[in-house]
Amino acid sequence: MSTEKQLYTISVYTENNIGLLNRISAIFQRRHINIESLNTSPSEIEGVSRFTIVINMTEENIKKIIGQVEKQVEVIKAYYHNDNEIIYQESCIFKMRSDLLFDEREIQNIIKESNARIVTVNKEFFVIEKSGKKEEIELLYRELSNFGIMQFTRSGRISVTKEEMKISTMLETYNN
Amino acid sequence: METQTIKKTQKTTNVTERISGSEAIVRCLIAEDVKIIYGYPGGAIMPVYDELYKYQDKIHHVLSRHEQGATHSAQGFARISGKVGVAIATSGPGATNLITGIADAQIDSTPMVCITGQVASHLLGSDAFQETDIVGISTPVTKWNCQVTKASDIPAVIAKAFYIARSGRPGPVLVDITKDAQFEEFDFSYEKCTKVRSYNPVPKTDVKSVEAAAKIINAAKKPMIVWGQGVILSEAEEAFKAVVEKAGIPAAWTILGASAIPTSHPLNVGMVGMHGNYAPNILTNECDVLIAIGMRFDDRVTGDLNKYAKQAKVIHFEIDPSEIDKNVKTAIAVLGDAKASLDLLLPLLDENTHSEWHQRFKDLYAIEYEKVIKDDIHPTKGGLTMGEVVNEINIQSKGEAAIVTDVGQHQMIACRYAQFNKTKSNITSGGLGTMGFGLPAAIGAKMAAPEREVVSISGDGGYQMTIQELGTVFQQKAAVKIVVLNNEFLGMVRQWQQLFFDKRYASTEMVNPNFVAIAEGYYIKAKKVTKREELAAAVAEMMASKEAYFLEVCVEKENNVFPMIPSGASVSDVRLE
Repeated sequence: MSTEKQLYTISVYTENNIGLLNRISAIFQRRHINIESLNTSPSEIEGVSRFTIVINMTEENIKKIIGQVEKQVEVIKAYYHNDNEIIYQESCIFKMRSDLLFDEREIQNIIKESNARIVTVNKEFFVIEKSGKKEEIELLYRELSNFGIMQFTRSGRISVTKEEMKISTMLETYNN
Repeated sequence: METQTIKKTQKTTNVTERISGSEAIVRCLIAEDVKIIYGYPGGAIMPVYDELYKYQDKIHHVLSRHEQGATHSAQGFARISGKVGVAIATSGPGATNLITGIADAQIDSTPMVCITGQVASHLLGSDAFQETDIVGISTPVTKWNCQVTKASDIPAVIAKAFYIARSGRPGPVLVDITKDAQFEEFDFSYEKCTKVRSYNPVPKTDVKSVEAAAKIINAAKKPMIVWGQGVILSEAEEAFKAVVEKAGIPAAWTILGASAIPTSHPLNVGMVGMHGNYAPNILTNECDVLIAIGMRFDDRVTGDLNKYAKQAKVIHFEIDPSEIDKNVKTAIAVLGDAKASLDLLLPLLDENTHSEWHQRFKDLYAIEYEKVIKDDIHPTKGGLTMGEVVNEINIQSKGEAAIVTDVGQHQMIACRYAQFNKTKSNITSGGLGTMGFGLPAAIGAKMAAPEREVVSISGDGGYQMTIQELGTVFQQKAAVKIVVLNNEFLGMVRQWQQLFFDKRYASTEMVNPNFVAIAEGYYIKAKKVTKREELAAAVAEMMASKEAYFLEVCVEKENNVFPMIPSGASVSDVRLE
C-alpha cells in the first residue's frame, strides 16, 4: 500500500436525498482534509447520485475515509482510484473582451491549438469553453491571462473508471 | 426524493384512515411498541402533545426538567432494555438542548429516536421564532436524520428512523417535523421498515475469516481477549462466555463492555484503559494474540498507538467495517454480528487453560491489590474513599444492582469496583464523557426495568449539571437510589492538575449547596454520611427504601484514581501511584 500522498478520485454512489452532501463533506472537514474538487451529478442508475471527490492523501488514510463515507446510511458504495485507473476531465469557461478576438491573432491560434470552443460572441465579450485535464486548463489560463480575462470558472473533476464498477449488480442484490 | 426512496423499499398494506400528522406520529410510536417517551413541550410540538394527552393510556410521557435530561433518560432506558429510547422536544432551543444526549448516544452506539417540532414549512430558513436548522446541527452526531414537511411522509420516515436506530451498530436518529405537517390530515397507514436499499446493517460473517481466526487462537501461547459493548448489543453474552471458557483465555473489558460476563468470572481479568486494571494493561504488550470483540480501540483504551500491542497478532470481531484497521492494524478481521461470529468460532476452538499465562494476570493483580485496591476499598485510616462506598453497595445489593454513573473519578472507581452479576448493569457515558449523564439516565433505566435495583452514582460536579431532574424523579415516583460522592472538587480535573499542572487547582474547587436539603425540597428521602462508621447503615437504609433515596457521602477531597496511564503514554507505562 502506497504511503506517499497522491491525488485520489473518490466515487460515491448515493441515494438522491437532501442533506447527504453535508454528511459527506463533514467527514473530510472533521479530519482537516482539503477537498481539491467535488462534483455531484446523476449517475447511470436512475435515482442514484454520484459524487466525484478529488483529494490528496495516503492510501492508508483514504481507506479509512472510504469506510466513514460508506458508513452513512444513504451511501450505496464508495470507491477510490488513482489517476492511472480512470479517465477524467474538467471543464472551464473564459469570458474575454470581443475586440481581442479580432485584434489579437494569437488568441485565435491559442483557441485552435488548445481545442477550446467558442460558445458565444457578441459586441462586448466572447466566451470560450474547454474540457480537458487540469494541466491543459491551467495552460490555457496562463496563455489567455496575458490578454486579460474578464471572468473565469472551472468545474470539479468528473471521471469514469477504466475497470468496471459493479454498482448495478450490487443494487440488484439489494433489491432482491 | 426522500419520499420516493422510502416508497421503493416499503409497501403500505394496512387499511388507511384519515388523521392528522401529529396523531400519526403518536400512532407510529405505538406501532413501534413505544410505551415511554421522555420530553418537554413547546410551541412547535404542541399538536403532538395534544395527541399524547389523548393517547396517554398507551404511551406514558415523562416530563423531564430539561431536554438534555430527556435524552439521557431515553439512553438509560435503551441501555438497560436493549430497546429504542425516545425523546421529544420542540423546535429551536428545545431541539438544540437534545444535542448533548444525541452526541453521547452516537459515540456509545445507543439506539434512540428523537422527534423535534419545527416551525411551519413556509417559515423555514427565515429565522422565524424558535427556528434552528436542527437537521444541519445534528448531522455530525446522528446515525441518520431527516426533516418532514408533509404529513403523508411521517409514517415511512418514522418507520425508517426506528429501523436505522436499532439495527446493526445502533445509534441515534432525529426526525424534525414542521408544525404544518403536524396539523395536515392524510390517509394514514403504517408498516414497519425492514430494509433500506443503501444500508447493510449487519455484514454477513465470513466463515473463512472465522476459520483463520480460530487457527491463530488455537496456536496462541499467550492469548488475551478485550471485549466491548458489541457483545452486549448483539446479545452474545452466552456465546462469548462459552468461547472464553472453552479456549481458557483471560478476558478484559472496555468500560462499555462491563457486565457482559460477571465480574467474579475466573477468566474476567478486569478493565483495560486509562484507569483500567494493571494486569490487562501491562499484558496487552506481552500477549501473542489479541482478540478484540465488539470494541473499537478507543484512545482511552490504547494509549499511544505506536506502542500498543505491537508484538501481537490482532483479531478483530466487529460489526462496523469502518472500525477495521481504523486505529489498530489487524491480522484477521471478522466482520459481522458478534453472536453470529462467536457461534461459528466456538466449535472451531481447542479446549485450553493457558494456566501459566493466566497466572501472570493473577500475579499482577496481587501487586495492584496491595498497592491500590486494598486501600481503595478497605481503608483503615483517613476519610471515606469512593471505593469503599462502591464496595458497600456491592455487599448490600449482592452485585445485582444496575449501576448508573456520571463522569469523573467516581465513574472510574465505580466501574473498577462494582460487582456485576447481570448483563446490561453498567450504564455510563463512555465515549463522550458527559457530565450530567448519571441522574437522568438512572431515571430511564429504572422506568425500563422497575424490577431492578438502579443505583445512580455521581460526583458533586456532574450531579449539579442535571440536578433539576430530581423533579422528574419525584413526579414519576422513580425509585432510583442516588449516591453523590462529594469531594468538593471536580475530582478528575483536579487529579490531572495535581499530576501534570503543578497542583494549580484552577477552578476545580466547588463550594457546594446543602444537597440533602435540595433532595428533601423535591420530597426525596435523603441522608448525609461523613464518617466511616455511618456508611453501612446508611447504604442499608437506602437499599431498603421502596422509594427514591438520596445519599450524600463526603469522601476524601484529594484522593486519586490509580492505576493510571498518562494521556498519550503506552499501556505498559501504567502507573500504580
